[in-house]
Amino acid sequence: MDFRLTDDQKALKAGVRALLEGRFDRDALRAAVEDGGLDRDLWRALGEAGFFALRLPEEAGGVGLGLPEAVLVFEEAGRALLPGPLIATHLAAGTVPGAAEGEVVVTAPDGAFVEWLDEADVVVGDAEGAVRVRSVDPLTPLHRLPGPVGRMPTTGVAGVGALLTAAEQLGSASRTTETAVAYARTREQFGQVIGGFQAVKHLCAQMLVRTEVARAAVYAAAVSGDPVEVAGAKLLADEAAVDCARDCLQVHGGMGFTWEADVHLHLKRAWVRAERGPVKADAEEAEAAAL
Amino acid sequence: MDLAYTEEEEAFRARLRDWLAGVLPKLPPKPDPLDWPARRAYDCGWQRALYEAGYAEVHWDASPTRRLIFLEETERAGAPYVGANFVGLLHAGPTIAAEGTAEQRERWLPPVLRGDEVWCQGFSEPEAGSDLASLRTRAVRDGDAYVVTGSKIWTSHAEVADWCELLVRTDAGAASKHRGITWLAMPMDAPGITVRPLRTLAGSTEFAEMFLDEVRVPVENRVGEENDGWRVTMVTLSFERGTAFVGEVVACRRVLGQLAHEARKNGRWDDPAVRRRLGRLSAEFRALWRLTQWNVSEAEATGGVPGTGGSVFKLHYSHARQELYDAAAAVLGPDALDLGREWNLDRLSSLSYTIAAGTSQIQRNIVAERILGLPKGR
Repeated sequence: MDFRLTDDQKALKAGVRALLEGRFDRDALRAAVEDGGLDRDLWRALGEAGFFALRLPEEAGGVGLGLPEAVLVFEEAGRALLPGPLIATHLAAGTVPGAAEGEVVVTAPDGAFVEWLDEADVVVGDAEGAVRVRSVDPLTPLHRLPGPVGRMPTTGVAGVGALLTAAEQLGSASRTTETAVAYARTREQFGQVIGGFQAVKHLCAQMLVRTEVARAAVYAAAVSGDPVEVAGAKLLADEAAVDCARDCLQVHGGMGFTWEADVHLHLKRAWVRAERGPVKADAEEAEAAAL
Repeated sequence: MDLAYTEEEEAFRARLRDWLAGVLPKLPPKPDPLDWPARRAYDCGWQRALYEAGYAEVHWDASPTRRLIFLEETERAGAPYVGANFVGLLHAGPTIAAEGTAEQRERWLPPVLRGDEVWCQGFSEPEAGSDLASLRTRAVRDGDAYVVTGSKIWTSHAEVADWCELLVRTDAGAASKHRGITWLAMPMDAPGITVRPLRTLAGSTEFAEMFLDEVRVPVENRVGEENDGWRVTMVTLSFERGTAFVGEVVACRRVLGQLAHEARKNGRWDDPAVRRRLGRLSAEFRALWRLTQWNVSEAEATGGVPGTGGSVFKLHYSHARQELYDAAAAVLGPDALDLGREWNLDRLSSLSYTIAAGTSQIQRNIVAERILGLPKGR
């Protein structure tokens, strides 16, 4: 047993981070916020980098990697706040032509919503009668689905989607933790950096604890693939992303409440991802049922 | 990322499981938790059995993964806890193994492994509390002995201990309070030691006050250099925070399963709030178990001494365990007020977890300063 990342996995993670820093830096992020559309060039670049074909076998033109690697890649996507129906397109690779290459944008209904419906070329599933809502997240257009909300399974394709969502949440939690710590180390008040104050310090420490507990859960679920473990990982990662974003905002004080600070983008996206299956109640019930 | 155990590790697990299945049914009944001499005899008997079967050294010499498997299997089987041997096996032993001389290892380690000698921890002092380095118990060199005067508090198992891992101040004029501290092994039968048990809120006497009046401790009982005790202590604490709680995560998962069983029996399971609460805790304790495997992998790769990751674990674990017993109270309903019922004494004991071995507030400082690099300051 060696739970740590292998050298190849570390290299993959670093490579994806470098790619996203180059192709989707902060200026691109803010431009996307103002524009609201999907950058097709970026989508194709992600396709070329193997983002969507990551888990397809090599003989099918894929990269031939597994769930743990996909989790690391989507963690980086979450960290960078990369927009678009990334998971639906990733899951469609191999079945929807063009998805693997990033030529085609695929979305799929999940829970009460379908994301990026107007931009999508292909919808996997039934989005009939979906009504556009004013999305809380400026980087995720949403349509609300009619009818009752079905309970999302955590097995099969839905399980992979749940796990990759958890990975994105984990990336976001890591990022807001880093951001809060960086701010606390430089921002001065009362003649010292605020990170020297225990009240601020303890907020930051709890952010790290939450993130690392979620990391252990998400990575382990990627290795085991166990549906209950996936549900638990989603539960903890949702909480880590939402709570770390809130604490990051608090550490930033008034600055954190502005549109210019990125922290609200993390919080809003974390809320959107938390609505994907399994939501909190379903994850807790899945865990309880296994006791 | 690999969670699979090697064939050799699985073979160790299988052997251990067989042995446990054979030996556990023959154990005497558990002693009264308030009767420390009986508890010492019981815990040392179990340690002796482990020793004779070749499992005694698993906390020190085995690989961290093997230790993990040992804790997993013994907890799963409901085997006795280390109990009175906690300090000897998990604090003093590893410290002497890492920092002691060959003679010291030969003198102190085998009796701990055989369950012959019990250790207690003389770190904390009245008025020092979490500020461990402000300790005032002083030791003055007199020929071949240190003459120790002062007092200690929260000394676990002091009533029945043979040895005490003792921190003393040997240089009051040192430039910083962290220098000038020395780590001594004090025999508990030395003249000048008075032990006064303290009653906990759970009604038991887990720990004691200890008064030291010119106690002579031979210089050869010093582990590490004179005035270098703080560094030696940090080695001890990293063991305490890093691996000492590992087995308890498995125990918590077992309790959770029992709680679900109880709730199904008494009808509380029909309440979605109770169900979901247990479900949430299940996710947390599994994640803590995975975090443990991560820490063990790190320890295995870096040579054994666990790092500051232990503080991350301890912070989350201690709060989760308190929530577990609060959930138990929710499952029990009115029976939560009956100390004769299972889990209620544990609920009281769990209140210590966010205080003992460094309060949560201290742990957050450690995480913030040593891992996140935030400035020191109060």
